[in-house]
Amino acid sequence: MWTAVLLACVGCYALKLAGLSLPERVLSHPTVERVADLIPVALLAALVAVQVFSSGTALALDARVLGVAFAVVALLLRMPFLVVVVGAALVAGLARLV
Amino acid sequence: MSDAALSPGERSGIVRDSLAVGVATGAYGIGFGAVSVASGLSVAQTCVLSLLMFTGASQFALAGVVAAGGAPMSGAATALLLGTRNTLYGLRMAPLLQWRGWRRFAAAHVLIDESTAMAVNRDSTAGARLGFATTGIAVFVLWNLATAVGAVAGEAVGDPRTFGLDAAVGAAFLALLWPRLEARRNVVVAVAAAAVALAMVPVSAPGVPVLAAGGVALLVGVLAGRRRAAPAGRTADADGGHR
Repeated sequence: MWTAVLLACVGCYALKLAGLSLPERVLSHPTVERVADLIPVALLAALVAVQVFSSGTALALDARVLGVAFAVVALLLRMPFLVVVVGAALVAGLARLV
Repeated sequence: MSDAALSPGERSGIVRDSLAVGVATGAYGIGFGAVSVASGLSVAQTCVLSLLMFTGASQFALAGVVAAGGAPMSGAATALLLGTRNTLYGLRMAPLLQWRGWRRFAAAHVLIDESTAMAVNRDSTAGARLGFATTGIAVFVLWNLATAVGAVAGEAVGDPRTFGLDAAVGAAFLALLWPRLEARRNVVVAVAAAAVALAMVPVSAPGVPVLAAGGVALLVGVLAGRRRAAPAGRTADADGGHR
C-alpha cells in the first residue's frame, strides 16, 4: 500500500509541475488555447453533476439536489460565494432532518 | 493582461473569496480523512496523501478503488489519470502566473481545481498570483488539518452527509463554474460534459466520469476551430474577441 501511495504522490506532483513547465507556445495554437479554456468548464460541470447526482458508481437523487437548487437561486441573485456554499449545506442538512 | 498593481479593494476581495474557497474545500477534508481510513488506509497513509498528493479528486479516487477491493496500484493509476487534469491547469496558469525558479516548484504543489479557478479569471498577473497563492495555501493548510481530524476521528465523524457537506462541495464547484457560463458555447460544453459524466457513472470506476467529460472540451474545441475556419474573414474578428 505504501508503494502505491508514494508512487501516486510523486506522479501527481510531476503532472502538476509539467503543466507549469512546458513551453508557453504549446498554448499558442488557437485550437489548443480553445481546448484549454473549455477544459475547466467541462470538468467543473462534470464535477458538479457527479458530486450531486451520484453515489459511488450509482446515480442518486437525494437531499444534495435541494442544496444545489438553493445554490442556483443564490447564484442568480448574485449572493457571495460563502452564502452559496454554506446555504447549500444547510438546506441539504435540514432536508435530511425532515 | 495588465501588470498594474491591485487596489486595496481588489486585494481584499480576492483574499476574501479565496479564503472562503479554502474553508469550504478544507472542511471536506474531514470527509476524505474518514473515508480513507474506512477504506483501509492507515492514518499515516491518509495524512501523507493529503500532504504530498494534495489533489482531492485523485485522493478520493485512490481510496475509493481500494475500498471497492481494487489493487492499491490500480488505485494509484486512477489517481494519476485524474491528476492529468492538473497538467492542463498548469498549461493554462503558467502564462498568467509567470513564476520561475523555486516559486514555480512551490506553485506546482498547490496547482489544483480551486487555486486555478480562483486565478484564471483575473485580468492581471498580480491578481492571478494573489488568488492562486491565497487559495492554494488556505486549501492546503485547512485540507491537511481536516484530513488529520477526519482520519483520527474515523467513522464517528466520517459521514460527509452530516451537515450537508456533500451538497456544499457540489455547490462550490457550481459557484466556480458560474462565471464561465456567459458564453453560449461554454453552456453547451457544460451541459454535455455533465451528461457524459453521469452516463459514465454506472459503468466506470469512480473518478473516470469526470475525466471522460474532459473529452467534450477536446471535441468542441477542435470542431469549433474547423467550423470557424470556413467563412473566411471572420476568423480574426472572432479570435480577437476571445479574451
